[in-house]
Amino acid sequence: MAESPKISLRGVHKSFGPKHVLSGIDLDVGRGESVVIIGGSGTGKSVMLKCILGILSPDQGKIAIDGVESVGAGSAERDRFMRKFGMLFQSAALFDSLRVWENVAFGLIQGKGMARAEAREIALKKLAQVGLTTEVAELRPAELSGGMQKRVGLARAIATDPEIIFFDEPTTGLDPIMADVINDLIVSSVKDLGATALSITHDIASARKIADRIAMIHDGRIIWDGPVAQLDDSGNPYVDQFINGRADGPIKMLVLRP
Amino acid sequence: MIVLNLLANIGRLFLGFLGASGRLAIFAGRAVSHVFRPPFFPLITLQQMISIGYFSLPVVGLTTLFTGMALALQIFEGTARFNAEGAVAQVVAIGMARELAPVLGGLMVAGRVGAAMAAEIGTMRVTEQIDALTTLSTNPFKYLIAPRLIAGTLMLPFLVLVGDIIGIFGGFVISVNLLHFNAATYVKNTVDFLENVDIISGLVKAGVFGFIVTLMGCYHGFRSRGGAEGVGAATTNAVVTASILILTANLIITRLFFSN
Repeated sequence: MAESPKISLRGVHKSFGPKHVLSGIDLDVGRGESVVIIGGSGTGKSVMLKCILGILSPDQGKIAIDGVESVGAGSAERDRFMRKFGMLFQSAALFDSLRVWENVAFGLIQGKGMARAEAREIALKKLAQVGLTTEVAELRPAELSGGMQKRVGLARAIATDPEIIFFDEPTTGLDPIMADVINDLIVSSVKDLGATALSITHDIASARKIADRIAMIHDGRIIWDGPVAQLDDSGNPYVDQFINGRADGPIKMLVLRP
Repeated sequence: MIVLNLLANIGRLFLGFLGASGRLAIFAGRAVSHVFRPPFFPLITLQQMISIGYFSLPVVGLTTLFTGMALALQIFEGTARFNAEGAVAQVVAIGMARELAPVLGGLMVAGRVGAAMAAEIGTMRVTEQIDALTTLSTNPFKYLIAPRLIAGTLMLPFLVLVGDIIGIFGGFVISVNLLHFNAATYVKNTVDFLENVDIISGLVKAGVFGFIVTLMGCYHGFRSRGGAEGVGAATTNAVVTASILILTANLIITRLFFSN
């Protein structure tokens, strides 16, 4: 029997009122694979991620993690899924009432019930992995720059050695050099853990760097899916327009022209 | 046409009210169920108890002190009209313990604690910190809401008990120094007159009000959407709904305790 994919989505639909955000997403992510979803703003990337995480529940369709159906799972089962996940949020979403190392150690202390001293050691090691020193560990998130906050967020996402890591717009809002630093850190930490990675971004440079495979989402559907090497000759006009950043093409933006 | 529009609007408002009540009831049920199911967060609960109980002491103390003083002056003036000035001690004691300390204490705490809770949890919501809790295998209901509900329900009775004492003391100070009552007689009148039910009904009210204040702070914070404006609206809603519910619950509990 073939090994079941790490993440599998079949016909996932989600609407908010009359607005259809996802209209039938099909996607498989294999074990140890890094898949990047590209697509414009408001095409349903974040909603899809939140459906997989279980923060939103889809209106119809199936989402399976390691072959186990996760839509409509009970709270104990949901906990088991969550233990496999790590997530880097777009805004980093650090807990501003806690110090940096407490943020990184949060999943270990609260989620896994580890002793604080032991969790602190691991947190410092993970912070070192993303290039942050022990002094930074004692600061509050509000005292850090955007790039440092992203790095702390990354350290927090990998602290529990998750099997699957989600990256939500990891480079948005960073300067090009810091964005590349984050890309390198993502690649190295995912490789170190041997984890499966699913990222969403509209930063093509970042997607090329961290992806094994790229899928493009448009109007709530996956319209193209292929290895990163084929991105430039996908033969798909939507993909071409998007990766070259052209205003003219099959994707129409609503802009009022004078 | 105008009549139909009017009816449609009334209907829409009524449906909206039913929907909101239902959402609140579901939220409250979920929150309370997590209070009794492990894992528990005793350290966070203790922190909340200190921030609600200890740090609200000045505001509740001042409120009840001045209210007790004003009450003594008013009752003296009012009862003098039918030569019953001697009843000041009794009326101040019963007024503070049964009604004024719990209601004013609850309203002050709604302004101080409910607003802060809604703002804090609301900011956590709009900056995705609540989603982050979920991805770190921590249930936000257990980590954020249950400790606050426990702390509010336990600490408001404590605050009101302190408020009872300070309020009655305020009445005593005015009566003895300004109205020339005999201090020993005033104290004796207060102690002899007060019954257990006077104090207990006030503390029961306080517990309910504490639950209402923290529930409203958490509920509106948890549901806030859309950045700074959303958090601002959540804060206002938390204080307004908590105040209205406190005043409504006060009437109901009073009726239950003293129905004959």
